[in-house]
Amino acid sequence: MKAYLTRRYLFSASHRLHNDEFSTEKNRAIYGKCNNPYGHGHNYHVEVTVSAQVDQRTGMVCNLLDLDGSVQRHILDRYDHQNLNTLPEFASQVPTTENLCQEIYDILRREFSCAHLEKVRIEETMMNSFEYAGNAEMLH
Amino acid sequence: MVYLTRKAEFSASHYYHNPEFTPEENQRIFGKCNNPNGHGHNYTLEVTVRGETDPRSGFVVDLKQLKDLMNREVLDALDHRFLNKEVPEFSRLIPTTENIAITIWQRLEPKLKAAKLHRVRVYETPDLFVDFYGEA
Repeated sequence: MKAYLTRRYLFSASHRLHNDEFSTEKNRAIYGKCNNPYGHGHNYHVEVTVSAQVDQRTGMVCNLLDLDGSVQRHILDRYDHQNLNTLPEFASQVPTTENLCQEIYDILRREFSCAHLEKVRIEETMMNSFEYAGNAEMLH
Repeated sequence: MVYLTRKAEFSASHYYHNPEFTPEENQRIFGKCNNPNGHGHNYTLEVTVRGETDPRSGFVVDLKQLKDLMNREVLDALDHRFLNKEVPEFSRLIPTTENIAITIWQRLEPKLKAAKLHRVRVYETPDLFVDFYGEA
């Protein structure tokens, strides 16, 4: 039987939303407070959903040790307590949580193979959240 | 189509062990969860049903009936129990969150009449949950 397992992680990082191709006024108009040149930070809650046939020998979609290890190595070690704007993936794109969500999905898609990656969901604050499932339709 | 979700909580203990594995394999695969004396969680259950709204009652499902069904089929059996020892399904299945979600689905699905069971979600902790949609 196919089940979906979701694990929630936390990291803290800073960012500044700014596009060099826009004028100062346009950046200010589009990004508002998020355009502050010194940046600002968030506690990002990341939910990773993976799916598989439940292994009858273990009762599991995948071993949590594998998922936690992979997310720690490839996501938390990369993003926690960093300024997102300084990372290569955000050299040519604005580190909005939309873009961050897609980056994290792409990294885990590449690096995590113990179960099928369904979705990445990020809460930037308690009021804002973003979800990305690649080209797949999202299950609710 | 309207979706309705009812929450419930139950507390239970369990441990993970497969008698077909060696003690070393059990320890490697299940880690701390392999302690035979068990350990516990406060589980949160979300049961989502779907259906058309009845034009006379305005309901997708009678919540009182859904609540009674969840109490009878799930909470009476699982709440304050040692899952491995007291719930028949877990004499042959390891009581992982995955198998708990599947078991709850199997207990509820045949008993629901007007509305269809859409999803069973079981939180083992606020940071870990499993969804089951009845897929083979």
